[in-house]
Amino acid sequence: MTKLEIKNLHVEIEGKKILKGINLTISSPEVHAIMGPNGSGKSTLANVIMGHPRYEVTKGEILFNDKSILDLEPDERAKLGLFLSFQYPMEVEGLPFNTFLQEANKSLHPKTEQTLMEFKKLIKEKSKELGLKEDLPQRDLNVGFSGGEKKRAEILQMLTLKSKMAILDETDSGLDIDSLKFVSDAVNSVRGGEFGALVITHYVRILNHLKPDFVHVLVDGKIVASGDKKLADELDEKGYVKFLAEQGIEIKNEELL
Amino acid sequence: MPKTLTKQEKAAAITDYSKYDFSVDAAYDLILEKGLSEKTVAAISKIKNEPKWMLDLRLKAFKAFKKMAMPKWGADLSKINFDDIIYYMKPKATDSKSWDDVPEEIKNTFERLGIPEAEREFLAGVGAQFDSEVVYHNLRKELEEKGIIFLSMDEGLKQFPEIVKKYFTKIIPHNDNKFAALNTAVWSGGSFVYVPKNVQSDIPLQAYFRINAERIGQFERTLIVAEPGSKIHYIEGCTAPVYTADSLHSAVVEVVALPNSKVRYTTIQNWSSNVYNLVTKRAFAYENATVEWVDGNLGSKVTMKYPAVYMLGQGAKAEILSIALAGKGQSQDAGAKAVHLAPNTTSNITSKSISKEGGRSSYRGILQIAKNAKNCKANVVCDALLIDDKSRSDTYPTIKVDNPTASLTHEATVGKIGEDQLFYLMSRGLTESQALTLIVLGFIQPFVKSLPMEYAAELNRLIELEMEGSIG
Repeated sequence: MTKLEIKNLHVEIEGKKILKGINLTISSPEVHAIMGPNGSGKSTLANVIMGHPRYEVTKGEILFNDKSILDLEPDERAKLGLFLSFQYPMEVEGLPFNTFLQEANKSLHPKTEQTLMEFKKLIKEKSKELGLKEDLPQRDLNVGFSGGEKKRAEILQMLTLKSKMAILDETDSGLDIDSLKFVSDAVNSVRGGEFGALVITHYVRILNHLKPDFVHVLVDGKIVASGDKKLADELDEKGYVKFLAEQGIEIKNEELL
Repeated sequence: MPKTLTKQEKAAAITDYSKYDFSVDAAYDLILEKGLSEKTVAAISKIKNEPKWMLDLRLKAFKAFKKMAMPKWGADLSKINFDDIIYYMKPKATDSKSWDDVPEEIKNTFERLGIPEAEREFLAGVGAQFDSEVVYHNLRKELEEKGIIFLSMDEGLKQFPEIVKKYFTKIIPHNDNKFAALNTAVWSGGSFVYVPKNVQSDIPLQAYFRINAERIGQFERTLIVAEPGSKIHYIEGCTAPVYTADSLHSAVVEVVALPNSKVRYTTIQNWSSNVYNLVTKRAFAYENATVEWVDGNLGSKVTMKYPAVYMLGQGAKAEILSIALAGKGQSQDAGAKAVHLAPNTTSNITSKSISKEGGRSSYRGILQIAKNAKNCKANVVCDALLIDDKSRSDTYPTIKVDNPTASLTHEATVGKIGEDQLFYLMSRGLTESQALTLIVLGFIQPFVKSLPMEYAAELNRLIELEMEGSIG
């Protein structure tokens, strides 16, 4: 089993408090979803779990399989099986996607018996499943990729690197209906067993495909409601303002922009 | 929060010059006293038993050198003490055609640098210079039979005085600049390459320049003449042991590319951190000839080098591709000159620089299109990558266009490796230095692609060593 535990997590960036006491436990094969208005701290949570150096954890813990990962570098966290699908994947000129993925795979799985040929074949297969163009892995990493290609390429990385705990940070944003289905099907194909995921999204759309086990609502750095998929549907129907007002939380419309 | 690398780990990156940092206890036939005078110049000429015209030329150049001021632009050269340099050291060896005839300790030097092995595997010919003199020269038999001449400059002067006299200082005049004047006065060694009409070789020739002694000046002189329709690729590599006293390497390279010929000149310079590398390189490209300078600057304390192509004939082409890596204490002032003197000529300049740990790199270039040069195309791209906040990159482009039909593009970018870019690669399991190395290798990819495979692999390896643990 893979377990990611977040305990009373407080996070600041440049002195500004972003997360104010998050508690969340994801045990494989669960898939959790986090929804929330803009600026509520969703991306901060994703980046902090992966170890982005700009964020400061002022209080609380992040445990991976019962061990604290707060002192680990992002690459060390990746070696445990953590994966972050970036909201805005970075471009690197002159570095072919394939080369990058092979280097990452070597680093993550040094003892693998998989040959390079087998790995390349896997990349090819998974690219096809995700509806990516055949020449994409030969192109420079994310350079000239369309918005949708970038997001699908993130999922291609997740699948080929055999991650165990994936955080999908607005992977659905900017995807057309077909791409959304490709991505959801791909994530669903690895569900079960050792794999767990945290899906960060604005929209119910992707959740209709992924059918998460739990849904949480994040507002102003705190989880204000948790439930099952029905919670997402309720949120979708009412909108944040009405939903939160019923919870006794007032937010202004401009905070949603 | 994630830890950062220790100072020691960072420092480890630039100190890894171990493969090149050794000197051998070689025997020398003759070592001139330190310092520079007319006597020094005359002594070098006499040792070489040169014709009078060469001695006269040397003396004329020496006068010009004395008159000229140090350049007031570019890198800081104020620490060069011309009186504290040995201008000529003749190793106890002759210019041999077989490695077996090269003295043991000198042969060992080149073996440690992998030269004989490279020669066996993929080179058409090799020249090896040890301090002031060339100690080995050989060319594959089939190329010799085709009439290609590949000799040390000294041998070239002895065996082909007419060709040498015809071109020597005609591309780079004896008083072109202070360091070209110095080289003309005290030159020793270097290569003489002559490619007959329509003879083409795809396999490269290589010259390797090695400084062994301390406080020495190495002043090799190279002349390449490509007759019409010929094709040649010449590669040079350079290293030296690390000494506390500074050394001076001041070369002059003249290339003549006659109509429809193609010359590619590749340099991988990896001098030690105490070498001033002040080099003048220029080519004349005649009708439909192509000259390519592929210039890699990894080492040295200070480099000032701006390979030039003068396009003298219709349809001539210049390709100048350079990379510079400026690490701690290094100043890489490099660039290119493309001078369009004939119609329908084309130039492409691509310059990539990487600065780290307080290193400073500059792109300095001239693009000139003469009045009568109609329909020229010129393209300049210079990209700089900064690894940290301490390092610096500058661009000094000069563009002079006297013909309105020219089509020009000029692009310059300066990028800093961002925290977000590193975080992205690290989130996939790559360490900070692995991530940095991949970004840097990607950045210089256009340069690496233009190298022969073996050199590309070697360059990648060097960059990996340089980048290891070198985090800003």
